Amino acid sequence: MGLTGMVKNPRWIVYSLIFIALLFIPRILSIHDLMLFEYGITFAIVGLGFNLLLGYTGLLSFGHGAYFAAGAYTIAMISKYFPQAYSLEILIPAALFFSMVLSIIFGFVCVRHTKIFFSILALSLSMLLFALLFKLYHITGGSDGLRVPLPTLLGMSFKGIRRPEFLSGTYYYFLLGMFSVSFLVMKGIVSSPFGKALQAIRDNEVRAELIGIRVRRYRLYAFVISGMFVGLGGALWTFVNGHVTADLSHWVFSGEIVYMTLLGGFGIFEGPIVGAIIFTYLKLYAMGNTQYWMFVIGGTLIVLVLLLPNGIAGAFAGLWTKIKKVIEET
Amino acid sequence: MLTIDNLKKHFGSVKAVDHVNLEIKEGEIVSIIGTNGAGKTTLVNLISGYIKPDSGRILFLDKDITYAPPYVRIKLGVGRSFQLIQLFTNSTVLDNVRIALFSKYGMIRRGLLPADRYSSVTDEAIKILDSFSMSDKKNLTPKGLSEGDLKILDIAIAFALKSKLLLLDEPTSGVATNDKFKVMDSIVKAIKKEGISTLIIEHDMDIVSGYSDRVIVMHEGKVIAEGKPNEVMENKEVKATVFGIVS
Amino acid sequence: MWIIYTLNGLYFAALLFLISLGLNIILGVMGILNLAHGSLYAIGAFIAAWIIITLGTQVPPFFLYVSLLSGLVGVGIVGFLMEKSLIRFMYKRTLEYQLLLTFGALMLLEDVIKMIWGGQAYYASAPFELLGKVDIFGNVYPAYFLFVMFIALIAGLLIWLFMSKTKLGIMLRAISLDREMATGLGLDITGLSTFAFVLGAGLAGLAGALVVPTTPALLGFGHEPLIFGFIVVVVGGLGSLKGALVGSLLVGFTRSFGIAVFPEIELPLLFLIAGIILVVKPEGLFGR
Repeated sequence: MGLTGMVKNPRWIVYSLIFIALLFIPRILSIHDLMLFEYGITFAIVGLGFNLLLGYTGLLSFGHGAYFAAGAYTIAMISKYFPQAYSLEILIPAALFFSMVLSIIFGFVCVRHTKIFFSILALSLSMLLFALLFKLYHITGGSDGLRVPLPTLLGMSFKGIRRPEFLSGTYYYFLLGMFSVSFLVMKGIVSSPFGKALQAIRDNEVRAELIGIRVRRYRLYAFVISGMFVGLGGALWTFVNGHVTADLSHWVFSGEIVYMTLLGGFGIFEGPIVGAIIFTYLKLYAMGNTQYWMFVIGGTLIVLVLLLPNGIAGAFAGLWTKIKKVIEET
Repeated sequence: MLTIDNLKKHFGSVKAVDHVNLEIKEGEIVSIIGTNGAGKTTLVNLISGYIKPDSGRILFLDKDITYAPPYVRIKLGVGRSFQLIQLFTNSTVLDNVRIALFSKYGMIRRGLLPADRYSSVTDEAIKILDSFSMSDKKNLTPKGLSEGDLKILDIAIAFALKSKLLLLDEPTSGVATNDKFKVMDSIVKAIKKEGISTLIIEHDMDIVSGYSDRVIVMHEGKVIAEGKPNEVMENKEVKATVFGIVS
Repeated sequence: MWIIYTLNGLYFAALLFLISLGLNIILGVMGILNLAHGSLYAIGAFIAAWIIITLGTQVPPFFLYVSLLSGLVGVGIVGFLMEKSLIRFMYKRTLEYQLLLTFGALMLLEDVIKMIWGGQAYYASAPFELLGKVDIFGNVYPAYFLFVMFIALIAGLLIWLFMSKTKLGIMLRAISLDREMATGLGLDITGLSTFAFVLGAGLAGLAGALVVPTTPALLGFGHEPLIFGFIVVVVGGLGSLKGALVGSLLVGFTRSFGIAVFPEIELPLLFLIAGIILVVKPEGLFGR
């Protein structure tokens, strides 16, 4: 974009202001709220990745929990089996690598299909990973999962520091940095020629093929990039949560990823980010106030599907267009 | 430049394309006429690689492309438009053309810089839109266009692929009668300027005789006549099968 | 021992057949993948368990077996309400919304089960115990499993007869082949869709009811069968009844022999086989 572009485009001014505001969040929020917000940010990265596939390529995966789990278990397994390598600058690339490998394998099978068949296949494959994580408990901890200690960062050790302090200090800024990078990279991807090719595939597969786009291959590229973003989100989430379980690869968790993306609106670049943060609060609020939280969340989802199909960000964008129209007319 | 040799495609008992031979020379504009179900669109689908034949060969610039995937054919220079408009519905008119250019130049792997940064491609896309008198609509999406404009955009995309051979499947179907010649004029002007060989499927005989160098008549999957437009129109068999005139 | 594994395989297949048949009918006729199908199965199990426990041993055993039909009827009613209140708004919507709606319904139904039946397990083993065991070539085998296979066989035959011989069945198949053409023919799509959903839901409920005498009904009862149902649908081919049958047998036997030979990785093994089939035949065994 560059500085001149930023001035020309008010969107980038808003982004910058939000970024500056985010720098001060640890001073404003209580530790409890900050942790929730950090959950939200990790899911925002997940949402960005997921939406490359859903919003920009037109493929609905009901199995992206698998790549989240790939990222999360990379962290947990390294801490268990290679503790000497338990450092963020190694862990993050490793998580990206293993989520890439897994999404290449699963994606290769899935992208041969579209629509419902794609969705069920992605779902089934994630359940394969779930079954493995669940059954091979002597390696993976099974349903009890694995505990995750605090990592080191560039030689800095956090021994003796309690998790909340770690999360509200260094880690928050690390997370914010990772989120900003993810945001910029994804923004670049969706507006690049590559991103345009994906959107072409989404809008008209036949024509895309006949202007020379190798549709299946580009779907796989999108699948893998998406899987890596989700894996990164999973890895970053792991440190906030401190614990990983096989459920991360269960399709119901994948369903929650779809849910947040729709909640925010998958037609808008920022939609999944909004959705991830609102979903995190909604779920916690529901869980804290009733034992029937699934009823609340499920009911909300149904209302959303029936009444707000473009999600919250979509609804605001629609409202904004209307307001602009009214202002222009008067 | 294009040689079709004994090409066959049957769908069950329907002989859509039945041992067809034909040739298209450089810079030639050839029309295919025939009744519905004569196999015209199937022929175009076979040449563009949308479907694969049962047997026979397709040679383009001396290369065998019979079973080549679409992207290979496009690299070699075979582009097509569609009878039922096929556009990228949620993208702007400009992007519809730009994506074809990016694909043609092998730039769709570039994933980090915004598409707008490639200003030479944008300029070229606008130039193409200009040659079809569409550049003033570049920021609209296909939803805001008239039927005639949609058709032209569909063809402009094929045109942007810098094809050496352009396959136009009923370029004026769905276009209001008054606009048909306007649409054809802008297409043919652009084609002639670049010296592109063209194969047109068309129903309207006025358009066929007005714009083509040569006419091929298909009936039930076979080529039953070919020649200069006026010669073909006088052919008795053509009159009987295509126009239903028995003399 | 192999006879037992074979019979177990047939038993798994029988249950899976009922589940995937329901999934496939809904998918074929309405084009909707019902993610709440497992919950419908669970509701069938809870209803049947509740009735069997209530009836207890005061009634002649015959009534206990008839009461298993409560799963079919009860869940059929739930299906009717669900179709009328939610699913019907989804026919013209895109895939994302269809799937998310049934996902929402799944969460809703899971908690409705919790509200009605609480968190505890429901044991209703009377029908299982009353039938006792039979001797098959020197192997002792629970007769109830044979009963389940028998019921699934009957249900399969009835559905097949219904789909191929009755006018209603032929209309349903017409919709699943080509929805637009069926609309053009003037078929009552709304009514037929409701019917298909009720039928599909009812079959899931029946499967749940048949299982509950062998395994106590618990929260999350429908999660695993749903996944198996998906595998059957994927392997057999979307919307294909023949695919549901062959897929169920394949998954049933793989599972039964997998448990016997590789007890820890029977599930991954199943996925592996399903994956290989899909790589070789991407549209599934009987997919269109």
